[in-house]
Amino acid sequence: MTFRDIAPIVVLIALIAFVPAFITANTVLNFLVFTLIIALAAQGWNILGGFGGQFSFGHAAFFGTGAYAAALLQVRLGINPWVAFAIGTVVGAAVGWVIGYLSFRSGLRGSYFALVTLAFAEVLRILANAATFTGGAAGVLIKLDVRPGNFQFESRGAFFWIALALVGAVLLLTRWIERSRFGAQLVAVRENEAAAKALGVDTLRVKLGAITVSGAVTAAAGGLYAQYFLYVDANIAYGTWISVEVILAPIVGGLGTVFGPLVGAVALHGLGEITKLAAGSVPGIDLMVFGGLLVAAVAFAPAGILGLMRRSARSRGAARHA
Amino acid sequence: MLEVQNATKRFGGLVAVNQASLKVEAGSITGLIGPNGAGKTTLFTLISGFEKPSEGRVLFEGEDISRDEPHVRARRGIARTFQIVQPFAGLSVLENIAVGAHLRHAKRSDALASAERVGQRVGLGPELDKSASSLTVAGRKRLELARALATEPKLLLLDEVLAGLNPSEIRDIIPVIRAIRDEGVTILMIEHVMQAVMSLCEQVYVLAQGRIIAEGPPADVCDDPKVIEAYLGAGAAERLKREKVHA
Repeated sequence: MTFRDIAPIVVLIALIAFVPAFITANTVLNFLVFTLIIALAAQGWNILGGFGGQFSFGHAAFFGTGAYAAALLQVRLGINPWVAFAIGTVVGAAVGWVIGYLSFRSGLRGSYFALVTLAFAEVLRILANAATFTGGAAGVLIKLDVRPGNFQFESRGAFFWIALALVGAVLLLTRWIERSRFGAQLVAVRENEAAAKALGVDTLRVKLGAITVSGAVTAAAGGLYAQYFLYVDANIAYGTWISVEVILAPIVGGLGTVFGPLVGAVALHGLGEITKLAAGSVPGIDLMVFGGLLVAAVAFAPAGILGLMRRSARSRGAARHA
Repeated sequence: MLEVQNATKRFGGLVAVNQASLKVEAGSITGLIGPNGAGKTTLFTLISGFEKPSEGRVLFEGEDISRDEPHVRARRGIARTFQIVQPFAGLSVLENIAVGAHLRHAKRSDALASAERVGQRVGLGPELDKSASSLTVAGRKRLELARALATEPKLLLLDEVLAGLNPSEIRDIIPVIRAIRDEGVTILMIEHVMQAVMSLCEQVYVLAQGRIIAEGPPADVCDDPKVIEAYLGAGAAERLKREKVHA
């Protein structure tokens, strides 16, 4: 990676980091932290789905695993929350590898892979909802004990910075993937698996690598979620809502791009919040906006918001030349 | 360098390749011809590893590679092109070639530099920054060739790289293929364009209905009555000979 690859990411993150200095309203910070958590989870999905072309409909499996691991390890086993969070991320990677191994080994791709991942997430949701260890349908409450050493903070700003740091780290990770051999091979698998094999790409290994990293990132988002809301249940952690969220953000923002998931998450949730404010208390109005935005993105901007911006920049450039 | 020993491939009841044997000498250009549906491409998939032989063996540099996966064979030094071109449509021409170059170059910058050299060599220089999906048929064929070459193979399997090209495009690409061989890459090519087979190949194998029915220098093989009949039907060789006498 060169300086030019890294600079835009560092500048963007540094700028966003100043937001809590100007905005102190809890509702706004709440919204921002939530959006960053979604963005992080979506960044995870984007590594596998955007770069690798393997569309998972079950990233809740990773999000939930990260969330439950973070919560259960501290509540049931008394492990330090920071350590629990780290372990949750690793467990998410392991779950990713296992799901990947089982489905990619048997050559599942396209809609079959999507269905299998959905099934894994649903099975985990039902198990978490039933088992006593996970607290069953009542879920797990993390005890309120506000200490930085306990991964709980007085101000929401601190949480905002942690979420932002993680998003920034994954932006850098994604940029590295984009510029590496692994990334080139991953994109080759997305574009044409047979051709990739013929060129010496070990497609199984590449896909397993992608789903492992993807699982870890989305699990980190889940862990963050648990730590922020201090509560996890099966329908939150393993619910289909998160599987859908993490697909929507990259599609709207720009599939297989470094900034796509972040841009998409901010656009979706920003617009959702604004409509909620404007339309008052019409229930589900933000979901309708999501739907409309998705249709618009697929119809008019298949490369997402970033693709649209690039295209308009190019056509403006062309107009200048003419 | 490459030896196929009594390879058979069955798809259910269909025997696509039947006890086929062939040898490719290091440094040669060997042709594989035969009528449509003879099993040429299937034989290629057995050599490149996309299918495993039902019976028989494939030896590369004396080692049995019959069970190796395609990417392992690519690492050993076998590269193939696809008859139906398979570009990475969403990538630029240079990025396409770089995927091949990454096999021997871990660093992105090295792979891109190597890809650019290969692209220039096959005549894709002006197209390197274009999207692969914007290439013409001739361009795509060159891209197939470039990607395979970028893996720095010892043996190059060309599956009808000339099909669909017009005569002047064929004239352009034949010297490229010869130059590749002259730099030490052994070539096995499936080809229908006989002009190219005649001018390039030292040795030709003829496959018909899954069997090797003839082998030898191209001129001899074309006069072989078995080969003429495989293409034109039973009795054709006899009839042609009679017509030649009358003429």
